[in-house]
Amino acid sequence: MSTTRPESFASVRRYSASSLGGLGVAGAVLVVLALLPSLVGESIVNRLTQLFALLILAVGWNLLAGYGGMVSIGQQAFLGLSSYAVLYLSLHGVLAWWGVPLAILFAGLVSVPISFLAFRLRGSFFAIGTWVIADVCLLVVAQIETLGGGAGASLNDLNGYDPTTVDNVTYWVGLAIVAATLAGCALLLRSRLGLALVSIRDDERAAEATGVNVARTKRIVYVLSAAICAGAGALLILENLEVQPDSTFSVQYSAFMIFMVLVGGIGTFEGPIVGAIVFFALQQWLASYGVWYLIILGAVAVIVTLWLPKGIWGTIDPNNRRSLVPLRHRVRLLQKADSQHQREVIQSP
Amino acid sequence: MMVWINAIVQGLLLGGLYALFSCGLSLMFGVMRFVNLAHGDFAVLSAYVAYVLVEHLGGTPLWTFAIVIPASALVGFMLQRLLLDRALIGGELSPLLVTFGLSILIENLLQQGFGANNESLFVGSLSYDSWKINNSIYLGRLQVIVFGIAVLLIASLQLFLSRSRPGRNMRATADNRRAASLSGVNERRVRATATAIALATVAVGGLFLAMRTSFTPTSGSNDLIFAFEAVIIGGLGNLWGTLLGGLILGVAQTVGSQINPADGILAGHLVFLAILAYRPQGIIASRYAVS
Amino acid sequence: MTLLRLERVTAHYGHLQALDELSLSLDEGATLAVIGANGAGKSTLLSLVSGELRPSQGRVYLNDEDITKVEPYRRVNLGIALVPEGRHLFSTLTVEENLLVGAASRRQGRWNIDAVYDVFPFIKQRRNVRAALLSGGEQQAVAIGRALMSNPALLLLDEVSLGLAPVIVRDLYVALRQVTEGGTTLLLVEQDLTEALNIASHVLCLLEGRVALSGSPQDLDQTQVVNAYFGRHAAPPEANSPS
Repeated sequence: MSTTRPESFASVRRYSASSLGGLGVAGAVLVVLALLPSLVGESIVNRLTQLFALLILAVGWNLLAGYGGMVSIGQQAFLGLSSYAVLYLSLHGVLAWWGVPLAILFAGLVSVPISFLAFRLRGSFFAIGTWVIADVCLLVVAQIETLGGGAGASLNDLNGYDPTTVDNVTYWVGLAIVAATLAGCALLLRSRLGLALVSIRDDERAAEATGVNVARTKRIVYVLSAAICAGAGALLILENLEVQPDSTFSVQYSAFMIFMVLVGGIGTFEGPIVGAIVFFALQQWLASYGVWYLIILGAVAVIVTLWLPKGIWGTIDPNNRRSLVPLRHRVRLLQKADSQHQREVIQSP
Repeated sequence: MMVWINAIVQGLLLGGLYALFSCGLSLMFGVMRFVNLAHGDFAVLSAYVAYVLVEHLGGTPLWTFAIVIPASALVGFMLQRLLLDRALIGGELSPLLVTFGLSILIENLLQQGFGANNESLFVGSLSYDSWKINNSIYLGRLQVIVFGIAVLLIASLQLFLSRSRPGRNMRATADNRRAASLSGVNERRVRATATAIALATVAVGGLFLAMRTSFTPTSGSNDLIFAFEAVIIGGLGNLWGTLLGGLILGVAQTVGSQINPADGILAGHLVFLAILAYRPQGIIASRYAVS
Repeated sequence: MTLLRLERVTAHYGHLQALDELSLSLDEGATLAVIGANGAGKSTLLSLVSGELRPSQGRVYLNDEDITKVEPYRRVNLGIALVPEGRHLFSTLTVEENLLVGAASRRQGRWNIDAVYDVFPFIKQRRNVRAALLSGGEQQAVAIGRALMSNPALLLLDEVSLGLAPVIVRDLYVALRQVTEGGTTLLLVEQDLTEALNIASHVLCLLEGRVALSGSPQDLDQTQVVNAYFGRHAAPPEANSPS
């Protein structure tokens, strides 16, 4: 049997004008942010650190739900575990800042066996299941008296340092985690794993049929999302310098994550960034109104899901053409396929 | 020894209450394949409505059933027609996100309106009247009534589904949506009826829970979790399974409390996780695969 | 009396055009067989009549009433019932329950559960068996019976013979003939040309969303049908040679 093989007839581009521009801007922003503490006052630095935590959570949740298709309302488990890990390490001689990567690692490792349990469930039940697991973490941690038990504990490790320095270093830690998270996600989505992920999101069975190991891919995403949320958790304890089971493991964090990603644009790279900024602004604006901002949160979540399902970024860029990050494969035909090739000639041997 | 038997008995009675919370969840999932994350919050909402009614019109909270239950059914019907049907079209994530948003909305509106205090519905002597079996075992009158009503309700629901025309149409819709609509079944009405039943039953649970203990704006979350755990433990797709799941959960919690007062809920969680790990299809495994 | 009328209907699945300005009139009491290769638009046609698909252009009339925008379950009320491809029974319900659900629209007429059992006697003894446990032929009978329970004026059948042994298909068509004798109008899509041409009073052959051939079975000869089916306008090509 012989078939004539067409010459290479297409080229694949991984970058586009908008994404190269986006990378450039991102680089510039990173530099500016890194230099910021020397330029502005403490309160701005602190506020930005809060924004960083929100951003990390949004990206982490979006990875799991928007790209992985798994809605979890239990990511606060890893947030809390990481916070408490930093506390634990500080009580055993590891300076809080060095404890951060270790805490993230710890939470990531714990997420592996948890994933085996959680993956027994699907859809809505998976969501509630993750919440139950987070609740279990809360209840178990609340029993540990050395970590403060039900009343909570303070992080006293950094008391010896000058407060402004502490704030600044926390800020840089936050910036580093944000940068690492965003870069990591971008690289992930550019890779084969990223392609597998998107194919699962589009049609799980078809993905399986083309050889994608669906279970393994989902597990990897779950663990990565857990690690990212753990990053936020580590940052939060550095910011707040205290933990308490009910608030550290609070399901409210999930509410925040959902809001940010929905409003920003679920399943897009830029969406969680936009959503985090919007949420942060909302939080600042409504800070004096007590519970009202949560009521608005809930209402907005409902409204956005039903009437603006793509969120802000998804509506601006519905077909993902103006991505600020180089995530796509762009195929360009180099020559018209020769009409000869349209009829495959199969001769018997 | 007697202490443990009492714990088990109390757990069974508690389980009846949990069954009230979970049968609606089970039904909605069966018909529509999704879970209303605000399910527990509607139970709490009913309790607050009853509370307000009693505040203004006096009397024992028991008469509020006559208003709250039909009202809940109506709210459920409209909720499905106006909001949740839309959410179902949006894709898999949509119903989860909408109902989660709804949950936040309800909990915080309640908090805004009533504050975060513990409230309760006082039913006078019914709250603490009990039958004494022996020195260790007491059967609370209210508890027994709740258990009885739970079993009655589940039996009625089961009968409705298996013998009645709308019940049969509901089962058909749960089984094969397309075929149901091709057979002339009004899907929208079926779904709205399922949600109406779910909210009505959970309201019963909410009112009884309010009489039994106390409630706060955020206690709906726990109600949801318990309902969900009961469904998973018992096994999907079977109302009697859900009852059994509730009983097992109740016993796990009370026995856990007996071991250590703070560990009741945790014990329930652990039993749930154990079932998830070793028998994910639930005790009474049914046609609906979970994973 | 015209029962069903399609006026220049065009149907799309996304950007893919499945039917192109198709018009047809179906009289009461007639039996129309729609044949054609896969992808010709046959099932699409049924979907338009059952209401599961809306035409991108054109209108659908039942008894001169415009039903283009009417939802599927309402069309059952109006007298259109579809037996879908692949049967789609309620697998967790028993045979009898399946049939009873078919009466959800409460339309009155000669078809009730006993009448259905008369036409399909072999499912009567299985009446309390769950539908999932039935054989293919039994399932198809239940599917048809379920549709009959709504006392349709127009019965739509999508590939009744699919996956069934010829002898079973023959029995099903014997039953269907009884249905037509009662006055029910039939519109069936069928791959089994023999049975289709046998039962039909009229045949429509679709090709790429358009009518390629139309007429009564007696008036059409085999070559015509085969050509229309495959879209050939001339003799078949010579043995293959490289182009």
